[in-house]
Amino acid sequence: MSAATKPASTADALTMSGAEVVLRALKDNGVDVIFGYPGGAVLPIYDALFQQNAIRHILVRHEQAAVHAAEGYARSTGKVGCVLVTSGPGATNAVTGLVDALMDSIPVVCLTGQVPTHLIGNDAFQEADTTGITRPATKHNYLVKKSGDLARVVHEAFYVAKSGRPGPVVVDLPKDILINKAPYTEPPTTEHRTYRPQTEPDAEQIRKAVKLLKAAKRPVVYAGGGVINSGPEASRLLADFVHMTGFPCTNTLMGLGAFPASDPQFLGMLGMHGTYEANLVMHGCDVMLNIGARFDDRVTGRLNAFAPDSKKIHADIDPSSINKNVPVDVPIVGDAARVLAALIEAWKSEDAPQDKPALTAWWRQIDEWRARDCLRYRQEGRIIKPQHAVKRLYEITKELGRETFITTEVGQHQMWAAQYFGFQKPNHWMTSGGLGTMGYGLPAAMGVQIAHPDALVIDIAGEASILMNIQEMGTLAQYRLPVKVFILNNEYMGMVRQWQELLHGGRYSESYSAALPDFVKLAESFHAVGMRAEGADDLDRVIREMIAIDKPVIADICVAKDENCFPMIPSGAAHNEMILGEDQEGGVKGVTDEGKVLV
Amino acid sequence: MSEAENVQRAATIAVLVENEAGVLARVIGLFSGRGYNIDSLTVAPVDETGRISRITVVTTGTEMVIEQIKAQLDRLVPVHKVSDLTLEGPHLVRELALIKVVGKGDNRIEALRLADAFRARVVDASTESFVFEMTGSADKIDAFCALMRPIGLVEVSRTGAVAIARGPRGLN
Ligand SMILES: Cc1cc2nc3c(=O)[nH]c(=O)nc-3n(C[C@H](O)[C@H](O)[C@H](O)COP(=O)(O)OP(=O)(O)OC[C@H]3O[C@@H](n4cnc5c(N)ncnc54)[C@H](O)[C@@H]3O)c2cc1C
Ligand SMILES: Cc1ncc(C[n+]2csc(CCOP(=O)(O)OP(=O)(O)O)c2C)c(N)n1
Ligand SMILES: [Mg+2]
Repeated sequence: MSAATKPASTADALTMSGAEVVLRALKDNGVDVIFGYPGGAVLPIYDALFQQNAIRHILVRHEQAAVHAAEGYARSTGKVGCVLVTSGPGATNAVTGLVDALMDSIPVVCLTGQVPTHLIGNDAFQEADTTGITRPATKHNYLVKKSGDLARVVHEAFYVAKSGRPGPVVVDLPKDILINKAPYTEPPTTEHRTYRPQTEPDAEQIRKAVKLLKAAKRPVVYAGGGVINSGPEASRLLADFVHMTGFPCTNTLMGLGAFPASDPQFLGMLGMHGTYEANLVMHGCDVMLNIGARFDDRVTGRLNAFAPDSKKIHADIDPSSINKNVPVDVPIVGDAARVLAALIEAWKSEDAPQDKPALTAWWRQIDEWRARDCLRYRQEGRIIKPQHAVKRLYEITKELGRETFITTEVGQHQMWAAQYFGFQKPNHWMTSGGLGTMGYGLPAAMGVQIAHPDALVIDIAGEASILMNIQEMGTLAQYRLPVKVFILNNEYMGMVRQWQELLHGGRYSESYSAALPDFVKLAESFHAVGMRAEGADDLDRVIREMIAIDKPVIADICVAKDENCFPMIPSGAAHNEMILGEDQEGGVKGVTDEGKVLV
Repeated sequence: MSEAENVQRAATIAVLVENEAGVLARVIGLFSGRGYNIDSLTVAPVDETGRISRITVVTTGTEMVIEQIKAQLDRLVPVHKVSDLTLEGPHLVRELALIKVVGKGDNRIEALRLADAFRARVVDASTESFVFEMTGSADKIDAFCALMRPIGLVEVSRTGAVAIARGPRGLN
């Protein structure tokens, strides 16, 4: 047996209903809040919720939002986010959120109602094959068919969601299992039978890595979301390691905050919309240390031109991430914090000297690249540049010194947020990276605000994305969550428009945001405050007012409609074929037909 | 990418899994979802309690893809162990086939003669048909079927490969 599954006490062993067992198991796994939406199949759980105080339920307005809220909660706390939805449409609505969490390695447990066991397979009312549908959408899923398994399965779901590479786990709960009495067992203290991810790195691999790193002439540390997944200790160790080596460090979109943006050794984000210096450092490096990043195509660009002259060290907790897209020289399986601690120890005890002159020359080169000032923009006249809006938002929040969390939707605004908002700490930046789910940011912000009631939580949004989960304004109102929605309103699906401009001859097929609502009135109708900045001279005032109001706010920031997001590595191009803002006239060089096929 | 990295190879992979609902769907879904080949796949419980099943899957891919397949299999929660028998040394591969041949006269005699040469056993016979049972490598069964085809082969049922490493070491 996987668990020392002794009943909590023989006396109360069979006094609890399945629903009560579920809630008890949640509580014993540290759940204090659950995001959900009721329906027939989960009524027993709602009934049990009604009769207790340990777990707070947040009623969302759409099940997809429940999962994103749980993601925001999880990413900002390091805990497992928890979701409760009904069978059939409740479960299918949750699927986008689950895949989002899967792609971004976010620990979530999602409880789904199911028709009673004797009706499964009969096309019963609101029946869906939830485990079938969510199998490729989750890290793992369960259908509980026996009351005796219930407690063990819920415990296991939490263990699986948070261990190794985190991810979403679905537990499908037939209604009879929830109503019938079920035994409760404590969370197991023994090892799981089969799932035991390796967290401690192999000493020999660490030694090999340090040998390479010591001899490096043009090194780079490329750190990703895995450092955040590992916990704040990993970010501290990352900073220690980068400082003791003197290496330059870049973060992926998912890794922002793992290394302080203000640090002189930080190169900014890398990849498709990364900085000039980060991408050229990646292209020119001779030794790369990838820690908790997955060589995503948005980062590597054309694979056969990716960091062509480098030896690569890749540390990841998931062996399947290693050698998946890019063959590496020194694979290290382990938890980012453990790996960094081991690297630091080995670095100290390795006698070989560093090639300091080479490193100095490398930094001189990097400073030349930096001098291009690739994120420069000109704010002239009244029309607000979207970059400027983010920059001012950043500067004003920094000046106010409040703890600030940023979530985003998906599109240009997301990239500008990544480029212009400086993240100093992990767990303060939540964005949908892998799936790129428009509609993520508002519910994610909700989850963050629930976990951090006194913090400033801002969803940097696009006018198109925000409409995808706008119903959650109702949730903000109900729970008095003072989330700020900061819309960079360019009246376009800007990211789509940008690709159409650059790759499809400026044929703006269906990318205009027509018939937009009046966001100010929309906010008001949801009991929130609406405000608008129409010109650059309004911007600071609106930002300050938005922050000062202790209520949910939608700030509609009217920005330049045709701004493009640069730098940009066009699909299928290499890091050194990046286009910068000034070069934009005359279209994109180097987009091959092969490149056009890519997303 | 170098030539060597593009070379395809076959791999016979043994996977020990918890014998629980949906585990086969997870394995098959992984192959279809990620676009890996399945040349054959077999599964049956193998321990005395019936809690552990062994899946033998034969696949082809570049070295990098096969490494990926193994890593992906290994991270499925109900998977105990993944072993690349092809890589790990000498091993036995066997497949069982039931082969129905229909015919009269000389064809019947020829069918029996070939079956004898291939060590296929007759497990069913009627006045105009035989069912042969044979075990062996996939190649051997392919060759037998090819010879039977002009003689009256009407139906083949094959298990797909099962495999085990030679020598004293067990996979547990
Ligand atoms: C419009 C758009 C544009 C984008 N442009 C860019 C871009 O320019 N640049 C960019 O970087 N991204 C960009 N992305 C995001 C991109 O798609 C990927 O989501 C992102 O690059 C992946 O980040 P990551 O490599 O850090 O991996 P993650 O998805 O964060 O994965 C984490 C990795 O770390 C591992 N891991 C997990 N836990 C641990 C642990 N405890 N210890 C060690 N390892 C662990 C995991 O196994 C995994 O391999 C964009 C996305 C969108 C929607
Ligand atoms: C659910 C979903 N559908 C479609 C897309 C494709 N897509 C990516 S960005 C984008 C446009 C986003 O527009 P907006 O929210 O206004 O942001 P902007 O790019 O203008 O800043 C679209 C349609 C997506 N990422 N997610
Ligand atoms: Mg827009």
